[in-house]
Amino acid sequence: MNPRMRWRKFVSNFMLAMTGVCALVAVSVLFFILASLVYHGGTSINWNFFTKLPAPVGETGGGMANAIVGSAKLLLLATLFGVPFGFLGAIYIAEFSGSKVAFVVRYSADLLNGAPSIVIGIFAFSIAVHPFKHFSTLAGGFALGVMMIPITLRSTEGFLLDVPRTLREGAMALGASKWKTIATVIVPAAYRGILTAILLAFARVAGETAPLIFTALGNSYWSHGLNEPTASLPVMIWNYAISAYDDWHRQAWAAGLVLLTLILIINILARAILSRGISVPR
Amino acid sequence: MNASVRSAVSVNITPPVTTGASREATAPAQLRMTISKVNFWYGAKQTLFDISLGIATSKVTALIGPSGCGKSTLLRTLDRMHETVRSSRLEGEILLDGKNILAEDVTLLRRRVGMVFQRPNPFPKSIFENVAYGLRINGTKLPMAEAVEKSLRHAALWDEVKDHLHKSAYELSGGQQQRLCIARALAVEPEVLLLDEPCSALDPISTAKIEELLVQLKDLCTIVTVTHNMQQAARISDFTAFLLTGQLIEFSPTPQLFTKPSDPRTEAYITGRFG
Amino acid sequence: MSTASTTLPSAGPAAGSRSFLSRLREGDEIARLVTFLFAASVVLITILLVFELWQGSVLPRHKFGFAFFHTSVWDPVFEKFGALPFIYGTVVTSVLALLIAVPLGIGAAIFLAELAPARVSDTLEFFIDLLAAVPSVIYGLLGFFIVVPLMREYVQPGLKNTLGFLPFFQGPAYGLGFLTAGIVLAIMVIPYIISVSREVLLSVPRDQREAALALGSTRWESTWKVVVPFARSGIMGSIFLALARALGETMAVSMVIGNAPIISASLFSPGDSIASVIANQFSEATGELYTQSLIELGLVLFLLTFLLNGLARILILVTSQRGSGMGNA
Repeated sequence: MNPRMRWRKFVSNFMLAMTGVCALVAVSVLFFILASLVYHGGTSINWNFFTKLPAPVGETGGGMANAIVGSAKLLLLATLFGVPFGFLGAIYIAEFSGSKVAFVVRYSADLLNGAPSIVIGIFAFSIAVHPFKHFSTLAGGFALGVMMIPITLRSTEGFLLDVPRTLREGAMALGASKWKTIATVIVPAAYRGILTAILLAFARVAGETAPLIFTALGNSYWSHGLNEPTASLPVMIWNYAISAYDDWHRQAWAAGLVLLTLILIINILARAILSRGISVPR
Repeated sequence: MNASVRSAVSVNITPPVTTGASREATAPAQLRMTISKVNFWYGAKQTLFDISLGIATSKVTALIGPSGCGKSTLLRTLDRMHETVRSSRLEGEILLDGKNILAEDVTLLRRRVGMVFQRPNPFPKSIFENVAYGLRINGTKLPMAEAVEKSLRHAALWDEVKDHLHKSAYELSGGQQQRLCIARALAVEPEVLLLDEPCSALDPISTAKIEELLVQLKDLCTIVTVTHNMQQAARISDFTAFLLTGQLIEFSPTPQLFTKPSDPRTEAYITGRFG
Repeated sequence: MSTASTTLPSAGPAAGSRSFLSRLREGDEIARLVTFLFAASVVLITILLVFELWQGSVLPRHKFGFAFFHTSVWDPVFEKFGALPFIYGTVVTSVLALLIAVPLGIGAAIFLAELAPARVSDTLEFFIDLLAAVPSVIYGLLGFFIVVPLMREYVQPGLKNTLGFLPFFQGPAYGLGFLTAGIVLAIMVIPYIISVSREVLLSVPRDQREAALALGSTRWESTWKVVVPFARSGIMGSIFLALARALGETMAVSMVIGNAPIISASLFSPGDSIASVIANQFSEATGELYTQSLIELGLVLFLLTFLLNGLARILILVTSQRGSGMGNA
C-alpha cells in the first residue's frame, strides 16, 4: 500500500470516528440536561412545591401551586380552542376541498407554524388583551391555542390522507354519506396518528413562555375564573431563575424538572401510540 | 437436484478451453479471476451454493439465469460490493491474479475491479468531473484532461460530448449516461469490468451501441456481465454461466451452451420453457 | 359525490327515498360547511396576524421609516427607537450558533445516516427528537446557571489568554454575552440540522454511494465527495430551518445575552436580540410609539423567518427531486 493510500485510509477512519463523536455529543446533551435538572431541582420537589402559593419575596417555603393550576387551565383552553380548528380544518382540506383551497389553508398553517412564539404573543396581545385593557387567562389560552392549530392541522391532514382509498370506497359503496364515512370509518382509522398529533402539539405549547408573557402575564396568587392574569410554570421558571434569591432558584430548577418530565413523557407516549402501528391494514 | 447432475456441475470449474488441467498448469494469464466454492448468505438465507468458476482474461463472460437466481449477487462479490449490506456473509475464495481478494484491501481491489450498474448513476457533477472523479481520488499519471478524453473515447462517447464537457451529466440521454458511467469506470484502468444488466434500462439503439462497445473493450480489460437477455449473452459473450436458484448449473463457451447445452435445465431455460 | 345515491336500494316510494337522499346530502352539506368555516378561520387568523403586525407598527414605520434599521439609539425616554443593536445581536448570535451547530450537526447526521446500523440510528434519532422538544426556558435555565459561570470562570479567560489579540475575545468576561448566547443557541438548533440532514442523506439513492465505492473510494470519500454533495440542497435547507429557529429564539437568549443594547466586536460583550428585547420590554412599554416600535421588531422577525422557512422548503424539495432523477446538477 503506497503512502497516499495509507493517508486516505487514515483520513477516512479519522473523519468517520469524528462523526461518531458529533453524534455522541449531541445525544449526551439530552442526558446532561436531565441530569442537571434532577441534581439541582430534585431535592426541592416536595409537598410545599405542589400545594403552596409563592411566599413573599425573601421567605422560603413557598410553592408553585398556582402556576401548576394556571398551566393546566391555559393548556386546557389552548386544546379546546386549537384542536377543533386544526382537526376540523384538516378534515375539510383532506376530504372536501379542492387543491387550490387546500394549498392556501396549508400555506397559512405553515406560516403560523413558522412564526416565532414571541410574535404569536404580540398577536394575541393585540387581539385579546389590548382591546380589553387587561391580561387574562383567556388571552394566554388563545395564544397557545393559535400555536396548536398548525401542528394539529398538518399532522391530522397527513394521517387522514394516509387512510387507504379502498376503505373509503368500501364505505361509500355501502351507501354511507360522506360525513358518515369520515366520522365512522376514516377518522377511526387514523385515530392513532391524530391522537399523536394532538399530544405532540400539547407538549410543544406546554413549555412555551414567550406567548404568555404579555397575555396571561403572571400572578403571585390564585387566579380566579378566566379573566384574570395567571401564573404558569414556564413563566415562573423564567421569573425565578433571573431573580436574586437562592430559594427561588431552587424552585426554578424543580419547576424545570417537573415541566421537562411532563413534556418528555407526553412525547414518548405519543411516539409509542404511533409506533404500535396504524390500525388499518395496508 | 440429483447426484449425477451435481457432479457434472463440479467439473465445470474452468472454461473448457483448458479441459482437465489444473489452474496453475494452464497459463495463469488465461484466468483473471477464479471463484472457488463460494457460498453466500443474506442474514439467515443462503443465496449462493458452492459456486466455482473461472473468469478468462480479455474475454466477455456472461452470467444468465431467471430472476432471483443469484447472478447479480455473484457479480457483486467480485468487487466485494456485497459488504455494503450488513447482514451478508461470504465463504469461499475469490482470486484475482492468484491472490484472494477477501484478504486484500477492499479500496485497492475496487480500483482493479470496476463496476457499472443497472441504472445509469452519474454523479450530480459535470460530464468531465464524473470521469475525473476516480482519477482525482486515485491519482493519475496523465494530465487530467487527457485522461478524461482517453476514457470517453474508450466508451465511444467522446465525439458526442467533447464540446459539452462541463455540462451536467444529467442532461445526457439514458444511453449516453450509461456510456458515461462506463467511461467513469474505465478511467481508473481496471483489470476487470463488472456490468450488472447494463442495458436493461435502455432503449434498443443504446443497447446495441453498448453491446458493440463491450466487445471492443475486451482488449482493455476482462468483462463480466450479468444479463437477463439471453440473446444479448449469445451475441457478445465468449463464455456463459447459467445459474438457477443460487447454483451454477452450467458453464461453457457461449456457442456450446446455446447450441448443445449439457444440462436439461439449461436447455429448458434457453428455449424459453421457464424464466 | 353522488355515488351514494346510485347504490341506494329504492326501499320505499319515490318521495320517501328522495327525502332520505336530501337528508343525506344535507348532512354532507352541513359537514362541508362546518369544516370549511374552521379551515377558513385558520386562514383568517393568519391574515389577521400579519395585519395586526402591520397595523400595530404604523407609528414607528411612518416616523422612522427605514432609519429604524440603521439607527442604534434605543431611548424610550426621548422616544427615539433604532433597532440596529438588536439586529446586530440577533445576527451575531445566530451566525455563531450556526458556526458551531452546522459542523456538529452535519457530522452527527452523517454518522446516523451512513455509519450507524438502522436500529442504533433510529434510537439516537429518537433522543435527538426529544432534545428538540425541550422548551426554550429550560435551555435558558441551564444556560444561566451552568453555561454562564463556565464561560466566566474558564472559557472566556482561556480564550482571552490564547486568542486575546483578536478583537473578538477582548473585554471583561462577564459570562453573559454574545458568545454564551451563541453557544446556547447552537445547542438548541443542532437537533433540527441533524434530523433533516439525516433524512435527506438517507434518501440519496444507494447506487450513488456504490458507484463511488466501486471506483475505489474510501468510505469517507464516498460519503463526503458523493453522497453529501448529492444532498447538498436538502442540507442547506436544514441550515435555513435552523437559522429561522435561532432568529426567533426568545427565552434562552434573553437569559444569557446580557440585555444591553450594545454593538461591539467583542464576543464577550453583553448585547441583546430582537426577540429578547421584545420579551423583556413589551409589558412595561409606556406610550404607543414605544409599544409599536417593539411590534415593528416583531414584524421584522416574522418576515425574516417567513423567508427563511420558505427557502428551506424549496431546497429540501430540490434534493428529493434530484433523487428521482428529475433535477439537474
